[in-house]
Amino acid sequence: MTRAARHSWYITLRYSRRLLRQPAWVAITLIQPMIWLLLFGALFKSVAEIPGFHGGSYIEYLTPGVIVMTAISSAGWNGMDFIEDMHSGVMDRMLSSPVWRSALNVGSIAYSSMTTVVQSLIIICVGLVVGAHFPNGVGGVAVLILVACLLASCFAALSNALALVVRRRETLIAAVTSIILPLTFLSSAFMQANLVPTWVRDISRFNPVNWGAQAGRTAAIGPADWSFVGQRIGLLVALLLVALFLATRAFRAYQRSL
Amino acid sequence: MAEAIRASALFKRYPPEVQALNGLDLSVDEGTIFALLGPNGAGKSTTVRILTTLTRPDSGEARVAGHDVLARPDLVRRAIGVVGQRHGFDPESTGRENLVLQGAIYDYPRRTLGGRVDELLERFGLTAAADRPAKGYSGGMQRRLDIAMGLLHRPAALFLDEPTTGLDPEARVDMWHEIERLASEEKMTILLTTHYLEEADELAAKVAIVDRGRIVASGTPEELKSELEGDTIHFELAQAADVAVRETLARVSGLTEVTSDGRMVRARARNGATAMPAALSALETAGHQVTSVTMARPSLDEVYLRHAGRSFREAEEAA
Repeated sequence: MTRAARHSWYITLRYSRRLLRQPAWVAITLIQPMIWLLLFGALFKSVAEIPGFHGGSYIEYLTPGVIVMTAISSAGWNGMDFIEDMHSGVMDRMLSSPVWRSALNVGSIAYSSMTTVVQSLIIICVGLVVGAHFPNGVGGVAVLILVACLLASCFAALSNALALVVRRRETLIAAVTSIILPLTFLSSAFMQANLVPTWVRDISRFNPVNWGAQAGRTAAIGPADWSFVGQRIGLLVALLLVALFLATRAFRAYQRSL
Repeated sequence: MAEAIRASALFKRYPPEVQALNGLDLSVDEGTIFALLGPNGAGKSTTVRILTTLTRPDSGEARVAGHDVLARPDLVRRAIGVVGQRHGFDPESTGRENLVLQGAIYDYPRRTLGGRVDELLERFGLTAAADRPAKGYSGGMQRRLDIAMGLLHRPAALFLDEPTTGLDPEARVDMWHEIERLASEEKMTILLTTHYLEEADELAAKVAIVDRGRIVASGTPEELKSELEGDTIHFELAQAADVAVRETLARVSGLTEVTSDGRMVRARARNGATAMPAALSALETAGHQVTSVTMARPSLDEVYLRHAGRSFREAEEAA
């Protein structure tokens, strides 16, 4: 392993450990996505009867949407770990060590992707149990999970950047809670694009959560249009590069401000 | 003796108006314990943060273990161990996991890391607790874990920022023994900051007194104390001391620098043994009842008072 990869891996390990040692958090991480899937699935079940809906069951339509929503809402909190480390002496200890600086960002973003993989698998299993089908098979589901990870990485990086700038839990909480739900509802995660008002559809074109929802759903439940999926993944990769750039810049600015 | 740490003319301002360092210079010899002594807010921690590459000064330069902290922070970081004022371990990880992570980020050879971790756990009395999360450790154990982490990669110089703050008196004395042992057995250069006068007196070969971002005096504790010739006499009166008491004492030949705080009056004497009887009789004649009197060789407290122009307690309160 190269030095950069080794350092990043140890940071990922540390954040994973922090999660695993707090059973309440583990429970929330695992149970919350199930609740969303089952609750929204029951609540909006009759959506499938609206004329113009794609034809399958709502739970099938919803499963990729809940995966995307779970990915961004978990990743949005990623910056909390940085704030925690800044307030304890851990960040100082890291910065006075020869650790590869970007390992802190890379390691914590990788951690959020790992969490997303686990959560996505749970949602898929629950989805299968309550009647969802994934006609495009394992490959399609794998692409769905990849898309969720990309989206999670974008939000984790942006959350880190914000944490490094604001350095206050309250501000990060306010930002995350006020961004995640609107972005989810301004996407096709819960409702097919042809059934929502034009202005929502217009905004959703520029909404990364929508890119993720469209790509993930197309890949998993079809009809498979791989060039469309590829194009959406391309947009997410571009966003990830921007987010990584911002997180790195924010990290440098934080170091300079000490 | 070779110089392990050197700082010259360090200035640092935290906007809008905190002038943390105001032209600080210091020099630490290799293999010695050096104490930066001063009240909270004097600039001790800022100095440590600059020397450990966490903070960049506005101007000035510093070298640690032969490397320039501004030009080659990477080399400085490999050469130093840092134990900050706040805990640097992950509370959810065990002592052993924390040490292994520390080894990983210092690129300690993986084959020998396990042995090194065991050795440090043993040495700092953490073997029994090695596999428990560090958040459950006592204050003294947490401090020892911090120090073990700082030492893991065998640094040439160790920085300890207020190593005993928050420890109970017993744990503090244990920590003193630990620090002394490090300096004598490992020939390590140690720079520590403290606002405990007795800690600097006890541990350091050389003490620098920091006040308002500058070193106001430095030397061995003995040198600093001997600058103040003679003795200090403390009088405790039955009633609070007023101007009349101070004037009475100031007229006694051989007594200088009379100060008071409530019922306590302090004066300096070139020769305490002869000045004390004269002082007591002068106070009695003037009708001031003395309940006790003690005489002491000057302490660092007095050195601080002399150089900083205010007592340590006043400086702490102002901070």
